[in-house]
Amino acid sequence: MAKILIPTPLRPYTDKQDAVDAAGATVGELLADLTRKHSGLKAHLYNDQGKLRSFVNVYVNDEDIRYLQKEQTPVNASDTISIIPSVAGGVEVGVAEPAASLPELTNEEIKRYSRHLIMPEVGIDAQRKLKAAKVLCIGAGGLGSPAAMYLTAAGVGTLGIVDFDTVDFSNLQRQILHGTPDVGRSKLASAKDRLNALNPNVKVETYETALTSQNALELFKPYDVILDGTDNFPTRYLVNDACVLLGKPNAYGSIFRFEGQASVFGTKNGPCYRCLYPEPPPPGLVPSCAEGGVLGVLPGIVGVIQATEAIKLIIGVGEPLIGRFLIFDALRMKFRELKLRKDPDCPVCGTHPTVTKLIDYEQFCGVVPAAAEPAAVNNATEITSVELKQRLDRGDKLKIVDVREPNEYQINRIAGSVLIPLGDVPKRYNELDPDEEIVVQCKMGGRSAKAADFLRSVGYKRVLNLKGGILDWIDKVDPTQPKY
Amino acid sequence: MSSLTISAGVDAAIRAHGRETYPHECCGALVGRNGIVTDVLALPNTTEEGPRRRFLVRPSDYREAERRASELGAELAGFYHSHPDHPARPSQYDLDHAWPTFAYIIVSVAAGTDEDMTVWFLKDDRSSFEEGSLHHGENSHPDTAQAVHG
Repeated sequence: MAKILIPTPLRPYTDKQDAVDAAGATVGELLADLTRKHSGLKAHLYNDQGKLRSFVNVYVNDEDIRYLQKEQTPVNASDTISIIPSVAGGVEVGVAEPAASLPELTNEEIKRYSRHLIMPEVGIDAQRKLKAAKVLCIGAGGLGSPAAMYLTAAGVGTLGIVDFDTVDFSNLQRQILHGTPDVGRSKLASAKDRLNALNPNVKVETYETALTSQNALELFKPYDVILDGTDNFPTRYLVNDACVLLGKPNAYGSIFRFEGQASVFGTKNGPCYRCLYPEPPPPGLVPSCAEGGVLGVLPGIVGVIQATEAIKLIIGVGEPLIGRFLIFDALRMKFRELKLRKDPDCPVCGTHPTVTKLIDYEQFCGVVPAAAEPAAVNNATEITSVELKQRLDRGDKLKIVDVREPNEYQINRIAGSVLIPLGDVPKRYNELDPDEEIVVQCKMGGRSAKAADFLRSVGYKRVLNLKGGILDWIDKVDPTQPKY
Repeated sequence: MSSLTISAGVDAAIRAHGRETYPHECCGALVGRNGIVTDVLALPNTTEEGPRRRFLVRPSDYREAERRASELGAELAGFYHSHPDHPARPSQYDLDHAWPTFAYIIVSVAAGTDEDMTVWFLKDDRSSFEEGSLHHGENSHPDTAQAVHG
């Protein structure tokens, strides 16, 4: 016989006694005798495998039995045994969803999600987790469209979307949230209509704003998973850092031409985007989809991979794409996978982070706002569409060099221009007369600015960049030509 | 539905503790009697799994909390903890580590500001938590926050 001291929360199971006598030669035998006499204790002291729960501490006098002989620790009649709770808790790792307080499904929802419910890996509980979950899509564009649609169809409880753009004809080739009648509408209004029609059970929250360092934490806070569907580096780093700072998983995807990438960043032990790319590429080195193009179905594949990862994180099945970087090549129709490791020196998720709050991401990525450029230089090196038209009408002798790709040149061009794609300029510039005044031009003015810099560096003195590219030319001078 | 009554001082002390330790979780003991919490004891968070997402009250502090409760002529009524940047709802982890009869108060602290406060009780079969109703009573002890480990 030895005395066992019972902690407050277990006393209802021992007829309110704070000490109970039990028989046995070891701690294990004593506890077995205790739970025989007071069977209600069993579920709280032992797990389903019959092992003492990890947060149940048993002391013989003042010694933890873990440091003695565990349950084989011998006891004498004079010993006092204490059961002492470790009280532990915390937020959900991965996704903050309380299994203990999930919303119920309506009969309509049970019917709607029946193909989920009959899979043992999903079932009612996982569907309830989806219903309780909140996912925030950054962008209602190429990636955001399929991701938002599948998440809505799957029954995510709340779907937030951040975007501030309007629907353009050039979006429709891939941004399937929007249809032809939506051109000119706000993307959010169009998205909301489409998603509400798809599944009225899903609460669609829209945020018509640019994502900034000032609003990101506030916007992300109520959400469980962030789905990064952005198309530029400053926002990508912003989304990454905000996710790491808030401890929220980031279902990441990006697309360019025929290639897509996907991963899950920002989880507790997993790497983040900065572990992979500590620094952004120099501005202009990596062209955007507007400059380089993208195969319309590609965001369909990558956005749906992101939605799949979000759903897996929420319901807790399978192997998430944490620490793995998936690369998809649509031309070869191949998936490759790179291993990613968490970088202990990572400035945001490493052991001694230097980025502890959101920073100026435009500046970090070297994207200087146009207003910050010295105006005098602009005037000397740029020409507007209207000025160009006036000078051409006046009969000025100007050589117009179009530095786009041949397929772009096929769509529209300024009469009399010659085509030298940017990549060919270094080997073909001597086709140009150094004494002649040259106007370089591309789609929007970015690539031609690089060509102008190059030409000046090799001694061409009179080089002007067409501000706003051919798009501005079509807007202001020649509206008969198609835009892309 | 189980209910719990807390004084204004208890409410303020829990919220202040949550703000103070943000972005880490705070934890402490609730002391009282018959569903009324009159005192709180702030306890150190001794988790080794990252205090942003976890809290752990070690056995020695638990013993101390029970001792203080009986000194005050009351009982240990439960524990409180904060959920930094997460809702004031119990996680699966909370459920896995919960003790019966205890009241579990959770305060959500979002970006350093205290928000929702809820109370939860473990169901007898350990299957889930049941949300209790949290009432505010008279403030009998204005000076309620006491650190066990200063």
